[in-house]
Amino acid sequence: MRYLPLTAGDRAEMLTAIGAASIDALFDDVPEAARLAGPVDLSRAMGEIEVERVVSRMAARNVAAGSVPFFIGGGVYRHHVPAAVDHLIQRGEFLTSYTPYQPEISQGTLQYLFEFQTQVALLTGMEVANASLYDGATACAEAVMMANRVTGRRKAVLSGGLHPHYREVCETYGRFVGFELSAQDPGRSEDPARLVDRDTSCVVVQNPDFFGEVRDYSGLAQTCHDAGALLVVIVTEILSLGAIRPPGEMGADIVAAEGQSLGNALNFGGPHVGLFATRDRFVRQVPGRLVGQTVDADGRRGWVLTLSTREQHIRRERATSNICTNSGLCALAFTIHLALLGEAGLTQLARLNHAAAVSLAERLEQVPGVCLLNRVFFNEFAVRLPLPAAEIVEVLAAKGVLAGVPISRFYPDNDAVADLLLVAVTEMTTTEDIDRLEAALREVLS
Amino acid sequence: MNDWSRAVSARQADNLAVAIETVSGNQGLQIEEALIFEQDSPGHCGVDLPEPAPFRSRLGGLERQSLIGLPGLSEPQVVRHFTRLSQKNYAIDTGLYPLGSCSMKHNPRLNEKLARLPGLADIHPLQPLSTLPGALELIDTLAHWLKTLTGLPAIALSPAAGAHGELCGIMSIRAALEARGDRRIRVLVPESAHGTNPATAAACGYTVDPIPADATGRVDRAALEAKLGPDVAALMLTNPNTCGLFEREIIEIAEAVHRAGAFFYCDGANFNAIVGRVRPADLGIDCMHLNLHKTFSTPHGGGGPGSGPVALSASLAPFAPLPWIVHGPNRLELIEHKAGPAENSLGRLKGFHGQMGMFVRALAYMMSHGSDGLRQVAEDAVLNANYLRARLADDLSLSFPGPCMHEVLFDDRFLKDTGVTTLDFAKALIDEGYHPMTMYFPLIVHGAMLIEPTETESKASLDRFIAVVKALAAAARSGDMARFRAAPGLTPRRRLDETAAARKPVLRWRPDPVQRQAAE
Repeated sequence: MRYLPLTAGDRAEMLTAIGAASIDALFDDVPEAARLAGPVDLSRAMGEIEVERVVSRMAARNVAAGSVPFFIGGGVYRHHVPAAVDHLIQRGEFLTSYTPYQPEISQGTLQYLFEFQTQVALLTGMEVANASLYDGATACAEAVMMANRVTGRRKAVLSGGLHPHYREVCETYGRFVGFELSAQDPGRSEDPARLVDRDTSCVVVQNPDFFGEVRDYSGLAQTCHDAGALLVVIVTEILSLGAIRPPGEMGADIVAAEGQSLGNALNFGGPHVGLFATRDRFVRQVPGRLVGQTVDADGRRGWVLTLSTREQHIRRERATSNICTNSGLCALAFTIHLALLGEAGLTQLARLNHAAAVSLAERLEQVPGVCLLNRVFFNEFAVRLPLPAAEIVEVLAAKGVLAGVPISRFYPDNDAVADLLLVAVTEMTTTEDIDRLEAALREVLS
Repeated sequence: MNDWSRAVSARQADNLAVAIETVSGNQGLQIEEALIFEQDSPGHCGVDLPEPAPFRSRLGGLERQSLIGLPGLSEPQVVRHFTRLSQKNYAIDTGLYPLGSCSMKHNPRLNEKLARLPGLADIHPLQPLSTLPGALELIDTLAHWLKTLTGLPAIALSPAAGAHGELCGIMSIRAALEARGDRRIRVLVPESAHGTNPATAAACGYTVDPIPADATGRVDRAALEAKLGPDVAALMLTNPNTCGLFEREIIEIAEAVHRAGAFFYCDGANFNAIVGRVRPADLGIDCMHLNLHKTFSTPHGGGGPGSGPVALSASLAPFAPLPWIVHGPNRLELIEHKAGPAENSLGRLKGFHGQMGMFVRALAYMMSHGSDGLRQVAEDAVLNANYLRARLADDLSLSFPGPCMHEVLFDDRFLKDTGVTTLDFAKALIDEGYHPMTMYFPLIVHGAMLIEPTETESKASLDRFIAVVKALAAAARSGDMARFRAAPGLTPRRRLDETAAARKPVLRWRPDPVQRQAAE
């Protein structure tokens, strides 16, 4: 087996050195009843050619996003990842290292995480950010739990514009961790401020919201703060912050976001990278790892994992979160992509996305039967169709167009949203793609 | 003066010659690298993007007004920056990485290649499922392998890492207990457990009740049985445990746990020791997470992403988190809602369907080894650890006698009266070109040194490591304390002041106030 360097001779020699009669002797502590006599019933070892063939066949059965006109978003966006990003994250020194517990030989990881934390703080308009969480949805649940700790309250108000998976993850954590949620109906006009009372730890809103609408939450922030509650702002399309006012300027106390759009592929939904930013005064309640600046024995600047007394390996059952492994390499991809973009590139990329969305919206508004729901949007918006959206999506998929996400995929029992379709574009969307979608929709709806 | 100290003295003399003050601050291949924010070159950009055709903004007056503050760098600058940073890292690719309980084994590049196939990387979780039969097939195949290897009938695939898998497991247990109207409040956790275990149990609303170890480094069964009762929800046990030992009485422990009406959760971080040789189901385990980034070789990536699927018994399976993949009449189906067979599911634990990128890598790893090769993995991992144990037993202090599994635990008794600590010893290993072992964990022995070589180290590599550790132990005993206290001295940075970092946290770069004023 090509990954196993011991030879039969080595094994014999090593057993002698150990003083064991056989390899089985080293497994003597295993109860006899549980010892398997031979290999389990699975295929035997395969060479690289064979494995590549088997897995490639599975891959070939899927429709890759890049092979068709593609308009799916809903919290995961198909952006261009510059070639340098994937090359650099595959350097073995990044790819095959562990959590940087030995700072003297992990300055590479620690420095990029410090850069990542700074980028996330700058983008969101917040003061401080952590070194990543699993994904946006779990970051959202962690934000609610942190708000509970900060306020000493246990009730969160969730906007109906919150991504349904984020809401469901909050519901799961809420049931077992022990907090209450008051969730609004999706797709309706709402006023979460009305629900804020003295027991509310936080209000969780999303910007742009799940239906793509961009909102100003400054007033809501004030209401929250007046009631001693925190405002949590979720961002599922982090690129939007290259074009719209950041949550920090709207008065957010915690920003939890999905960072996949920068540097990371679709990956069928994972791995992605959770971003988490807040105010300096809450830093000791933050979940997950933090990298801090310090000096070494010679007084030179360097970086270490810090404030680890919040974390499970020190604090055990009193930790702020049980998280350990997070999304280091995805955070690196994010950092490299954003370093390449810089201020000018990010804002230009955001403009391109918005321009493509405006162009698509103007085209779809011309299609009889299609009604645009958004007043304000970034690169994604919702349309009402004259037929159930799920059916239209299937018909268009058969025609080779992946038209968007039917809202009913998330709310199968809610008839009020059955005709809603969520449509997203990015800089990868071409004019021809838009032509194809418009033509296919016209054909299906005529 | 023995050979080692002569060698060190000679090298220290060399170092004096080498450690000259350079104009740049660089030391040969060790390059000082500023933060990207300090390399901002106005007008530079690492991408070339087109200008959109004129359009009417639909941002409704919510346009960003302020600068973000991101630096501008060209592509060559960015590539050089991150390449230089990479060179400040230790990695499996550069050497033996004997971190106990982390299974730092070789990461095959075939797996990286396959995870990047457009049909697997460039697919969206919300595409119509009719366009994704291969994705469901791959996940179902992975589930089949994991079920066969654990002997457990169900697999929850969505957890994003080991600790997330623990949450999934303890939530499933609580859901099962609640479904039978059984309110229990305690979870038993051995003192040797990973910190994530008590943190997880506490997060799920349980009181953590610690179980001591016995003199052999295993769970004190009498103490455990005395703590079992009608209010105990679960036992969380790592097996092989964090001392690198197999819990010999695990079947009796499982029986006692079940007699008390509780569930048996196993932390599968150390599955590498037994994969292909022992099925956890045969030990009486109800629920176990698997770290795909340990046993199944998906890269650690400097701290993630991981993947922590959870194998579940038949009694816990109905509560598994969403989504589920089930065999429909003609094809695989994805159940995304609490309905039908998934009516009692505990719900969703993360966005979308799990860490697909890690699933691809883990499946490629498993298929490459096959059932025979995976068995060999466990055997070689155990053999390598025992070889280190046998060869170092007289130089370091073994915490517990007898064969170990995939990792071997030493403590700091051999450093008694030397003035050298476990930390010092670890830092001296760094100067020798090795990543240290896990230090000060598990907590049940003093100054722990937990060494896990993994099966992908050759005998020659182990022999070199053994020679270095022996020489360092001899140096410590010979009183060369200063050498250890000063270590590491050959790294891009020497020991870092962690106390100062925590006292006054600096967690992000900010522009120099002088420069900022000048700019204004």
